[in-house]
Amino acid sequence: MTGRGTKTIRVDTLARVEGEGSLYIKLVGERVADVKLKIYEPPRLFEAFLRGRHFSEAADITARICGICPVAYQMSAVHAMERALGVRVDPAVRLLRRLFYCGEWIESHTLHVYMLHAPDFLGYPDVIAMAAHHRAVVERALRLKKIGNRIVQLLGGREIHPISAAVGGFYKTPNKQQLSELVPDLEWALEASLETVRWTASFEFPNFEQDYEFVALRHPEEYPFNEGRLVSNRGLDIDAAEYEDHFVELHVKHSNALHSVVRGRGSYLVGPLARFNLNFDKLSEVARSAALGAGLRPPVKNLFRSIVVRSVELVFACAEALRIIQGYEPPASPRVDAPNRTGVGQAITEAPRGILYHRYALDDRGLIVAARIVPPTSQNLRQIEDDLREYAARLVAWPIEEATWKCEQAVRSYDPCISCATHSLRVVVEREEVAVD
Amino acid sequence: MLVIGYGNRDRGDDGAGVMVAERLRKLGFDARILTGEALDLIEAWRGADDVVVVDAVESGAPLGKVWVWDGRTEKIQGSLPISTHGFGVAEAINLASILDCLPKRLRVFGIEGRRFDVGGEISPEVVSATEEVAKRIAGENSTRSASFNASPILTFNAE
Repeated sequence: MTGRGTKTIRVDTLARVEGEGSLYIKLVGERVADVKLKIYEPPRLFEAFLRGRHFSEAADITARICGICPVAYQMSAVHAMERALGVRVDPAVRLLRRLFYCGEWIESHTLHVYMLHAPDFLGYPDVIAMAAHHRAVVERALRLKKIGNRIVQLLGGREIHPISAAVGGFYKTPNKQQLSELVPDLEWALEASLETVRWTASFEFPNFEQDYEFVALRHPEEYPFNEGRLVSNRGLDIDAAEYEDHFVELHVKHSNALHSVVRGRGSYLVGPLARFNLNFDKLSEVARSAALGAGLRPPVKNLFRSIVVRSVELVFACAEALRIIQGYEPPASPRVDAPNRTGVGQAITEAPRGILYHRYALDDRGLIVAARIVPPTSQNLRQIEDDLREYAARLVAWPIEEATWKCEQAVRSYDPCISCATHSLRVVVEREEVAVD
Repeated sequence: MLVIGYGNRDRGDDGAGVMVAERLRKLGFDARILTGEALDLIEAWRGADDVVVVDAVESGAPLGKVWVWDGRTEKIQGSLPISTHGFGVAEAINLASILDCLPKRLRVFGIEGRRFDVGGEISPEVVSATEEVAKRIAGENSTRSASFNASPILTFNAE
């Protein structure tokens, strides 16, 4: 290019979901002048909706925030309530909750790896176009996803917006026979997930490494789902109750979504890459071997490789589900009673796309007087913008269409709650040439 | 016949499909409700020969208009990839077609909506339309009549 050019990369959602997700990048010459990612955040509405409701309703209400990760919302809600109310659950219930989470990770990771992100790497506009040439792969994905659905359905009572999770346990727990019936499918799923790792590891990845602050739960004995301290590679090591002392949400002009930052430091990364890097030693042997076989060794700093890390977590979820089912003894009672009482409780669990924070304050009738929900996507928003600022600077010489597509691929690496929308986008590209001497 | 009401009751008019399924259940018919991303439709209808999917659409037509499409041969207009992660009904049908797992008979009822905000109310015109569609499907189920051309409120191109 001989002149100084202004390029604008704008990725708008369809008009009917306007405001839900859009990406705007402005390049001036070789400089990135502006990056704005807008995402609509349903949790804000739900925080208001929860006030005045009984604590027992929070799990069902928050499950409706997301059709993909209702289990995460339920788990963060019930754990926060149990902390507020001083309730301790049966160890068997605790294991069932881990199994519940395995189901959600299998569903969600399969959806993202195969249906949303793989088409980027294989050069297809979407999974429908990919299916025409990779039919067996897409069929494998549908079967894997169905197995995740079965686990969530068995424990949750129904596939989407499960209703069985309760403060103190479950309204109903499965017997050994019901869980054993899942074993053949899960044995197949474990093999299929190992194949998924080999498949995604064969993709080509842009060379883009960043120096992230990774933030994830860490448990002394387990790869994290429901419990643990919140840690980072920069010295953070806190209980969920201290979350709001260390993280703050900032208003930004261009979006109604809040940007979460670590106090005194700034953006941070949550999700598979963070979990993997901070908990590699807690992966089951089969998952760790799969990771090493795929060339993954912590710290993985290339966000595009998150598709392989997500596949490793798919292996972990299948193996963990099998382990839990094989040792399962039903709890003496599906749940313990939770009393109405005043209290405040905070909890963090690992949704497929990163940590999900809930805080509730309850009055003496058990009614919610305050609710706070910080979803994983809003925790990653600032980091996504930071990364795009760096990444777009490398794309200034590319044709605008290709640069736009590459930025979309980058955004999808975080599995944000707009992934699907960015596969059905109306993309508007503006280009302005500015003459120079 | 397998009836699947697809949509989200927490997003205004997107609750149309779910409302039809709920009405059918009240009338004593079995109807499934699917919320979330539409690819799960492919598993939901696997093994069924005669499937009806009810969903909200937005095509610019008058609010509450009822569409009926042959899911195997016709393009679904205004299908909404509405959920935060979702594929719409049209995408699920396209994918199922490529994978050869469409039901032998697949009809899609689309109810024209306008308001899809999170936490929004469902429009009265859409509520009326859900009643008409539920009656229509119930009528066919009870009489086992295959005729879908009789009602003046519906547009349907039969196979």
